[in-house]
Amino acid sequence: MSNETILIDDYVVNINDLNKSFGSNHVLRGIDLHVQRGEVVCIIGPSGSGKSTLLRCINMLEQPSSGNIVVLGRELTHIDCDIDEARTRIGMVFQQFNLFPHMTALENICVAQRKVLRRSKAEAEMKGLQLLARVGLTEKADAYPGQLSGGQQQRVAIARALAMDPDVMLFDEATSALDPELVGDVLNVMKALAEDGMTMLVVTHEMGFASNVATRVVFMDGGVIVEQGPPSQVINAPQEDRTKSFLSSVLNH
Amino acid sequence: MALSKRQRATYARYAIYTLSVLAVAAMALLVDWTRLSNAMFKWEIVKEQFPSILTSAAKNTVVFTILGFAGGLSFGLLFALMRLSSIRPYRWIAATYIEIFRGIPLLVTLLALGFGIPIATGWQWPNPYLQGAIPLSLVASAYMAETIRAGIEAVPKGQMEAARSLGMSYPRAMITIVIPQALRIIVPPLTNEFVLLIKDTSLISVLGVTDATRDLARFGRDGVTDSANATPLIVAGLVYLAMTLPLTQLVAYMERRAKAVGK
Ligand SMILES: Nc1ncnc2c1ncn2[C@@H]1O[C@H](COP(=O)(O)OP(=O)(O)O)[C@@H](O)[C@H]1O
Ligand SMILES: [Mg+2]
Repeated sequence: MSNETILIDDYVVNINDLNKSFGSNHVLRGIDLHVQRGEVVCIIGPSGSGKSTLLRCINMLEQPSSGNIVVLGRELTHIDCDIDEARTRIGMVFQQFNLFPHMTALENICVAQRKVLRRSKAEAEMKGLQLLARVGLTEKADAYPGQLSGGQQQRVAIARALAMDPDVMLFDEATSALDPELVGDVLNVMKALAEDGMTMLVVTHEMGFASNVATRVVFMDGGVIVEQGPPSQVINAPQEDRTKSFLSSVLNH
Repeated sequence: MALSKRQRATYARYAIYTLSVLAVAAMALLVDWTRLSNAMFKWEIVKEQFPSILTSAAKNTVVFTILGFAGGLSFGLLFALMRLSSIRPYRWIAATYIEIFRGIPLLVTLLALGFGIPIATGWQWPNPYLQGAIPLSLVASAYMAETIRAGIEAVPKGQMEAARSLGMSYPRAMITIVIPQALRIIVPPLTNEFVLLIKDTSLISVLGVTDATRDLARFGRDGVTDSANATPLIVAGLVYLAMTLPLTQLVAYMERRAKAVGK
């Protein structure tokens, strides 16, 4: 069955009653989340609350235990879904960058364009150079990841994900592994992407970014969504006690 | 008079030096060098070994080694991937295979497959090279599978995840992203594997060979029989060293370099 035939609706991400357990550890407990095109959803919450697991379920790096996930009309939790095809539409950026160390920055950006999308070398490289310019790293095209700073590596990783022309981008603590002085460059790239209208789900501890860029903030704790809404509400006027105590612990640092 | 620890160590070292020098001197005086060199390194016999020790015997050793290595690498990769598979029966098959062929001496495997199968089935090996090289490669693949598996497991999990998140299938991600990185890790141990294979080919001669398919060890042994002199074996040993020493040096160099570059 092709993915078209199991098209469900117009939401970019549509998650219903998602549960995920690792053995006896029930990590996600009935998540419902619906994200429309152009939204920038920042997911915040204490460590261990299931933010990464939620994000990784959205591109099936983790197999949900139950519930249903529809991304861009493809029902990922359906047995007939072509997950590889769906993943080309879903970009992901990892905390640890995960660049391919045996390839240059440009090769990192080109490899999946060539092998998955079957683009020509010329086309892939042109796209790669455009993206490197967009993340401000034109002069690093031939550098290997080991020769780049963390911030530069993460920007290459963003360009690598964008090279597939995804419709939605997932960021899992993209700046948490960076030295403080390098965080700004990466956040600026993410901000520009949001301003261009990219649909984004961003797990982050950067409250400034969430306040300024998010269209919606989702607060998670203990595997459930405790509270969500515009940043002015969730960050500035939280309703739930758990949200209040989390925010006071991160904002007082 | 009490000696300090360091003085005692110094005297002990001098004593050992002195004894070693005496032992070497005694050997030089007592051994009949002419007789020894006549029996073990007689120049006329050395010359008789050439050129066929190189053009035939060493060539056969190299052919057996390369066939065994190529087969071992292919099957080894296959079994390594099966060991890492999420499909349980694959893991069991690979684990069983690896344990069996690592647990049985090569000599027994050679005899069982080289002789046993023809006797049991009436089928004949089409080619004496394959008769030796296939059992050799089956055993080699069991060792190489473990080496390759360790190399693949040493590649961080995030590499596979990043590749999959870009839409690559599992085999595509393995081939393009994981295995090239694993290869860097496993080239030194695989080179060691190659050196072991060079030496292990010497067992193939138990399968009975013609003059044309004799390997180095058999060539040396036949030479000893023909000449009633140990020289041919010494020469064969030197030819083995000529093949293995550059490789072991290469491994040492690669390991030094890997250490210098760091990780
Ligand atoms: N691969 C895994 N295997 C077992 N447990 C896991 C795995 N990944 C995450 N967990 C567990 O799931 C819980 C939530 O983890 P995670 O989603 O990483 O939280 P967060 O990203 O909010 O810090 C933690 O208790 C963690 O130990
Ligand atoms: Mg996390």
